[in-house]
Amino acid sequence: MSTPAVDYNLDVARIRKEFPILNQEINGKPLVYLDNAATTQKPQIVIDALVEYYQKYNANIHRGIHTLAEKATAAYEASREAARGFINAESVEQVIFTKGTTESVNLVASSYGDKFINEGDEVLVSGMEHHSNIVPWQMMCERKKATLKVIPVDENGVLDLEDFSKMLCEKTKLVSIVFASNTLGTINPVKEIIAKAHDVGAVVMVDGAQAAPHLHLDVKDLDVDFLGFSAHKMYGPSGVGVLYGKRELLEEMPPYMGGGEMIKDVSFSKTTFNDLPFKFEAGTPNIADVVAFKQAIEFINIIGKDKIQQHELELLNYGQDKIGKIEGVRLIGTAAQKVSVISFVVEGVHHFDLGMMLDAKGVAVRTGHHCTQPLMDQYKIEGTVRASFAVYNTIQEIDTLADGLERIVKMMK
Amino acid sequence: MSNAQKSIDEVQKEIIEEFSFLGDDKESIIYYIMELGQKLPQMDESQKNEHNIVKGCQSKVWLSTKMEDEQLYFIADSNTEITKGLISLLIRVLSGQRVSDIIDAQLYFIEKIGMHGIIGSQRSNGFAAMIKQMKLYAIAYKSKMNSEA
Repeated sequence: MSTPAVDYNLDVARIRKEFPILNQEINGKPLVYLDNAATTQKPQIVIDALVEYYQKYNANIHRGIHTLAEKATAAYEASREAARGFINAESVEQVIFTKGTTESVNLVASSYGDKFINEGDEVLVSGMEHHSNIVPWQMMCERKKATLKVIPVDENGVLDLEDFSKMLCEKTKLVSIVFASNTLGTINPVKEIIAKAHDVGAVVMVDGAQAAPHLHLDVKDLDVDFLGFSAHKMYGPSGVGVLYGKRELLEEMPPYMGGGEMIKDVSFSKTTFNDLPFKFEAGTPNIADVVAFKQAIEFINIIGKDKIQQHELELLNYGQDKIGKIEGVRLIGTAAQKVSVISFVVEGVHHFDLGMMLDAKGVAVRTGHHCTQPLMDQYKIEGTVRASFAVYNTIQEIDTLADGLERIVKMMK
Repeated sequence: MSNAQKSIDEVQKEIIEEFSFLGDDKESIIYYIMELGQKLPQMDESQKNEHNIVKGCQSKVWLSTKMEDEQLYFIADSNTEITKGLISLLIRVLSGQRVSDIIDAQLYFIEKIGMHGIIGSQRSNGFAAMIKQMKLYAIAYKSKMNSEA
């Protein structure tokens, strides 16, 4: 489980060697994996950590007195510390492991929402949210007779901050906003949004799922109240996410689920709940994947977010320029500040057909509405083709995408 | 477009043979499927309505029917070229057949040509929804014919 002391210095060829899955052919062509906004591939150190856990110290955590349980607990809690450091949180008690960003949002909507949102209150989300940052709030607002309001997005895929400022009022109790859009790539000015929301006394949740692999996440600097993100989108295992929350808020919130681990004492007349973060971690957690998550964090830390960003920005600019020039292509999401996501439609060619034909050429992209149907309605489209890049992608891979696309478009005309 | 002179079994065997010439190259297979779709008879725009939408397909698929001389004909279209090609295969096999033959049809050609591997699970589900809808039409016509008899 040791992390190799390697300075990749953004040697992409070397980085790619850490990802065994990339070295294969799909439909007889070298795999070009450009579906990283859906999930990233896993480096060998993450895979090794999973295997090692099951081979050497699989045990249930926290209450065992035997050696394996101690070892598993230590590894599990070491991941919590790594996650704390990754987002610069004050304490590990504020880092709650969930199944993923979706559960993180649901936890806040259920626990915080049910206790602190009341009839007539307003909750704001933006027009570019993933369904997982819309539906939990919709459900909660319905339960609590509160109103869900939507911050508009302009045609470039940029939030209208003036409108947002006007929407804020004493009724606004919570704002939940995506840091980087999974469909458009737009990076939202969350620090500014948080400050404005705080001015009217609202708390802010940030959906950091797409930001986590690309952007610095500093909860202290952002002064964010809640932050959710997922391991699988940042080279880690699936089924693990994080919810960060400010201590005073988490302390006041009731448990989300009842069960083992989250209690101090149980009798049939009364149960007292455990302290943070365990109050929100009912049941045996996803120990193996949490343990391996630490290696994903270290993988990112070794390379460094600055270098990752620099490389991905190069890919983004090159890709947008090249794909944008192909006849009939319309880019969806043209904000100045973007993570490495390129969404596009091709006039007269359905995105499903494009996706399948690209797959036949070994190129994996995502097609459809990307769980952002309200955004698709705004652009009056059914869906897009989305190419999203990670640290292991190359300029040559974007050429393969663009060349393939050009041929398909010519053939279809 | 009528296959009335050929049985469902004969048409399936024809398709299996055609696909066997295509080899394993997925790109060639997809292009061939799209070519088939382009030969699909045009569906009247007015027929592309909510009533004729096949539920369970990711892309839009419209399906309508007409009965002539105790044979059931299908007319269909889609907003994606590949789906159109897939529909054309089903129409080739089932359109113009007797309703009882459509109801009883075992569509083994789908497995024989390796359809699932070509189109993936999502589209396979849509394909299954299309077959289900065609068979439901046949069942409805059969019960209507029985009640009129």
